[in-house]
Amino acid sequence: MSDEAPLTKAAKTSILNNPTFRSVTFQVLMGAAVIAFFGYIANNTLHNMAQRGISTGFGFLDQKAGFGILMSLIEYDADHSYGRTFFVGLLNTLLVSFLGIVVATILGFVIGIARLSRNWLIARLATAYVEIFRNIPLLLQILFWYFAVLSALPSPRQSLSFLGIGYLNVRGLYLPAPVPEPGFLAVEIALLFGVVATVAVTIWAHRRQDRTGQQFPVFYTALALVVGLPSLVFAASGFPVSWDMPVLQGFNFRGGLPLIPELVALVLSLSIYTAAFIAEIVRAGILAVSHGQTEASRALGLRPGLTLQLVVIPQAMRVIIPPLTSQYLNLTKNSSLATAVGYPDLVAVWSGTTLNQTGQAVEIILMTMAVYLTISLLISMLMNWYNRRKALVER
Amino acid sequence: MAADRFEPHPELAPPAMTIGVVGWLRQNLFSSVASSVLTLLALYLLYLVIPPLIQWAIVNANWFGANRDDCTGGGACWVFIAKRLHQFIYGFYPEAERWRVNLTFGLLVVLMVPLFIRAFPKKVWLGVFLLFGYPVLAFFLLYGGFGLERIATDQWGGLMLTLVLSAVGMVASLPLGILLALGRRSSMPIVRTFCVAFIELWRGVPLITVLFMSSVMLPLFLPEGVTLDKLLRALIGITLFESAYMAEVVRGGLQAIPGGQYEAAKALGLSFWKSMSLIVMPQALKLVIPGIVNTFIALFKDTTLVIIIGLFDLLGAVEAAIKDPNWLGYAIEGYVFAALVFWVFCYGMSRYSQALERQLSTGHTR
Repeated sequence: MSDEAPLTKAAKTSILNNPTFRSVTFQVLMGAAVIAFFGYIANNTLHNMAQRGISTGFGFLDQKAGFGILMSLIEYDADHSYGRTFFVGLLNTLLVSFLGIVVATILGFVIGIARLSRNWLIARLATAYVEIFRNIPLLLQILFWYFAVLSALPSPRQSLSFLGIGYLNVRGLYLPAPVPEPGFLAVEIALLFGVVATVAVTIWAHRRQDRTGQQFPVFYTALALVVGLPSLVFAASGFPVSWDMPVLQGFNFRGGLPLIPELVALVLSLSIYTAAFIAEIVRAGILAVSHGQTEASRALGLRPGLTLQLVVIPQAMRVIIPPLTSQYLNLTKNSSLATAVGYPDLVAVWSGTTLNQTGQAVEIILMTMAVYLTISLLISMLMNWYNRRKALVER
Repeated sequence: MAADRFEPHPELAPPAMTIGVVGWLRQNLFSSVASSVLTLLALYLLYLVIPPLIQWAIVNANWFGANRDDCTGGGACWVFIAKRLHQFIYGFYPEAERWRVNLTFGLLVVLMVPLFIRAFPKKVWLGVFLLFGYPVLAFFLLYGGFGLERIATDQWGGLMLTLVLSAVGMVASLPLGILLALGRRSSMPIVRTFCVAFIELWRGVPLITVLFMSSVMLPLFLPEGVTLDKLLRALIGITLFESAYMAEVVRGGLQAIPGGQYEAAKALGLSFWKSMSLIVMPQALKLVIPGIVNTFIALFKDTTLVIIIGLFDLLGAVEAAIKDPNWLGYAIEGYVFAALVFWVFCYGMSRYSQALERQLSTGHTR
């Protein structure tokens, strides 16, 4: 045919419709725009800082801070440097996040399981808890606990007493502090030995079960090694711990382990708020394991406890872990609201007081952001590693 | 013969213990010893909490009066809320101009009602107007211009500011989030890297540092002499922050759409934007409605953080009011009121999303 020739030639299309050309052009333009944008910002920032006489660089880290901090896990006073204030704030952030995560996890799992309870009243109460607390802003809850509840507590002289051991008053929560005495080292060694031995026994029991099919009571062995052995050593060496009890002296308590009200309010509200979300995650995770799994495991002759331990929980955890991780991250980031009640966390001490004193906004905000980014990435990496171990392996 | 016919014995009534109130109680509250103990514990807990709460909030409460001397009942002093209600709703917006706020939000409610009515015709155009026309109108109504007196944003406050912050955040963060999600799934490496970096950066830091950044660092970024309004800076921070979360939600929806849909759209000769807007996005967004509404709820709650950079939203107005020397000691009433308002909005949104999910469900869910 006469018009066969054009078909063999490549169709003439405009270069504008060529996907590769379009993609490359678009990316080059976008890259140039982003670089130009950051260049413009950097230029403006340097100019503005020079104009306002703000110094740049990290030289201020060695300067004397000159302000006190309400609570510090490491030795600190006004003579220490700004660099030290950074670590004081960072440690306080980590402390409140850790306490919050522990309490929120326990509370969240309890409430989540309670929502699935066959007891109508318990299930309704748990639902009410979730619906109330996750729909009220966290900041409002923090302010409520701090300004409305803890500030209304009695003065130290009229403290609420818990069996004469702990005291709660407007200045905070006072708990007895354990003071290790010379023989305590043996208990620590026993505990360390118990942990190492447990790991070894677990590995050995797994191998033996793979080889022979025989089971070994790993849980009770671990309990004996980790809890029993140190307790025995503890008792044998004559209880080498004394308790530093809080004592009312004058207008306040002395000694013991004082927890400032800011910390108490923050841990309380962070964990109550996050527990509502964790409860929903736990509920969804348990519901995601189909009832057929439970029935199949019962049909195989597994007892209810073993069914839960070997069939339901491992599969539910697979669904629970990823969203649980992001809740832990949220809690850590939300701990920055500490600044609203004056708990000296990273944001309050560093992006607050230190920024106001030095005026070096760019360095300080970037350092703060870098800390949270690092924590986020570390926790996600850890949880991704755990998730990979627990994830479904398909052949 | 009739006598040989099998006559079943009439059915016995079910045991009295398994039906009716008693049966329900036995099954749901006292099915075992443990369950009974839990029920009794829960009842005791409710007994400890509920009666004193009712006593405080209703029975012993004072509702009417002019100042704190009228609060004599020993319960809640709702007089405080009543006296400060205008401030909680409008902030420092001038009294004579408050009709503008009422008109703006009244108009919004009137325009949104048809969206809830399934049979209403031409809902798309109404939606387009709400997204593009209405914000312009609302801006001029609230801020002034065209003969209306100019009200500087530092006079905005209370619930009105909360609603402005969250509405702008929602309207602006969704399209930005969609673009970021598309960029993150793009095959172009530079675009993808940029989007991943943007999303992970904002998702990795707390909103408070973003707000600090927008209030302390943003002025340094701008050329000399250019200043941005404090409210606008907060809005920029909130929008950038929430768009990263929105992007991840939308990405989840995009991943759930089978590759065949993309390929079919390409086979029909649709361009990238057409295949996205006509084929992929309608399906993907429908799948992630719960996620989008959850992000909206989070955004709504997060707007309270602006009090830390000195804006007076609803919570800020309450905070200011309870520190008023004339009304010291009524912090609980103030916080309970703010909590109720926030709760109603958030719970309403989550209920609406559940209804929408059921309505739009086309059988994809298992």
